[in-house]
Amino acid sequence: MIRIVLPPHLRALAHVSGDVELDVDGPVTLRSALDALEARYPMLRGTIRDHGTLQRRPFLRFFACEQDLSHDPPDSPLPDAVVCGAEPLIVLGAIAGG
Amino acid sequence: MSKVRALVGTRKGAFILTSDGKREKWDVSGPHFTGWEIYHFKGSPADPNRLYASQTSGWFGQVIQRSDDGGKTWHQPGTPAGEATTAPDGQPKGESNKFVYDTSAESGKQLTTHQWYDGTQHPWEFKRVWHLEPALKDPNTVYAGVEDAAIFRSTDGGVSWHELSGLRGHGTGPKWQPGAGGMCLHTILLDPSNPQRIWIAISAAGAFRTDDGGKTWKPINRGLKSQYIPDPNAEVGHCVHHIAMNPSRPGVLFMQKHWDVMRSDDAGDSWREVSGNLPTDFGFVIDVHAHEPETIYVVPIKSDGEHFVHDGKLRVYRSRTGGNEWEALTHGLPQSNCYVNVLRDAMAVDSLDKCGIYFGTTGGQVYVSPDAGDSWAPIVRDLPAVLSVEVQTLS
Repeated sequence: MIRIVLPPHLRALAHVSGDVELDVDGPVTLRSALDALEARYPMLRGTIRDHGTLQRRPFLRFFACEQDLSHDPPDSPLPDAVVCGAEPLIVLGAIAGG
Repeated sequence: MSKVRALVGTRKGAFILTSDGKREKWDVSGPHFTGWEIYHFKGSPADPNRLYASQTSGWFGQVIQRSDDGGKTWHQPGTPAGEATTAPDGQPKGESNKFVYDTSAESGKQLTTHQWYDGTQHPWEFKRVWHLEPALKDPNTVYAGVEDAAIFRSTDGGVSWHELSGLRGHGTGPKWQPGAGGMCLHTILLDPSNPQRIWIAISAAGAFRTDDGGKTWKPINRGLKSQYIPDPNAEVGHCVHHIAMNPSRPGVLFMQKHWDVMRSDDAGDSWREVSGNLPTDFGFVIDVHAHEPETIYVVPIKSDGEHFVHDGKLRVYRSRTGGNEWEALTHGLPQSNCYVNVLRDAMAVDSLDKCGIYFGTTGGQVYVSPDAGDSWAPIVRDLPAVLSVEVQTLS
């Protein structure tokens, strides 16, 4: 079971409050975590990653365990603390704008 | 007793304003989709409880929302939560926010670029839906005008979207260029007398028409003059801001161009200027009285460099002669120190016996005139900047 923290707008879109808890099949990577998130909450497809390319949307960042994972390859393993659910994967909106 | 329901899209959410036929007391519902830009928000003529909203964000992209109960509840019309996103045959199910340009050899292949601000060629990139136009007879059919400019259609209630690629495919795409707000397809008019005919407008490409249900399109910009285009007879490149039509007379179109108010009496085949005595003919909105097809409304804006009303006065101008002769409508509107804009989709009319006129401003006010423009009153004063106003007349 992993935990994902979504920005408030995406929580509203997915009709969830607080962290999202998900089971991920196989190795836990950014790609597999987001695949599991979008499978559970299809309304989030296209809001974090581009529909076609699956590239991260430009104004979003991924953090975990005080590390910026935004530019890591999508198939890199996530930190052990995320894999075991001790720490969340954080999807964060860039601070610019209002 | 008749009712009216105004659907207001703003920079930070949607609002629904309802009143009885007197249009004096209003209930305000919202914000819906708090914090998101609602570029446009419109009801189906075939089923007034079916509403579609374009919800968009620079961070999270495009979302389409649908209500089947007049705005009380909303859902994204794609795959429901908890269901697999692929069908048993492995094909992806509908995703209501997926707008993919047609790249087939017959259509999109030769239109991989359009003109960028500096004149170089630039690839087509989907950004957002500017306008949603529900079909006249079928609540499950709806058209979307998008940035970068293209028209999409859904026939399953917004679940999935397919480009009518003949528009980009007709050949002039590489000459289209973005206006200051982006290269957006912002106007879609459906002909109530001919289901095969649709008009659209793009900033900055111009107006286009299909007479075969969207398969093929032609530019209809003869008579438009744009000072920034060297060729006085340019087929495309014109910055059309909005087009309006009275449904009883679909061959007569009124246009607010970047500069100039224009009129066509032949379904857009030719245009003539009807700016007449307007204090400035720059502006964004234009609309037509519900029962008097020669009565039209504009809100002149000072200039393309100063996007606020002229002389600090918020004035709607009305022509009862189909243009050229205009009168200022000021009763109830601020006549000093007012510097708001009225954006292209932010004016609407109802169809009550005494036609009501509505508009919203970038200052967050929504005004109503229950007497065809003679007097005005604010419905709300302090919303986020208003992007769009549509009105439903309910029996």
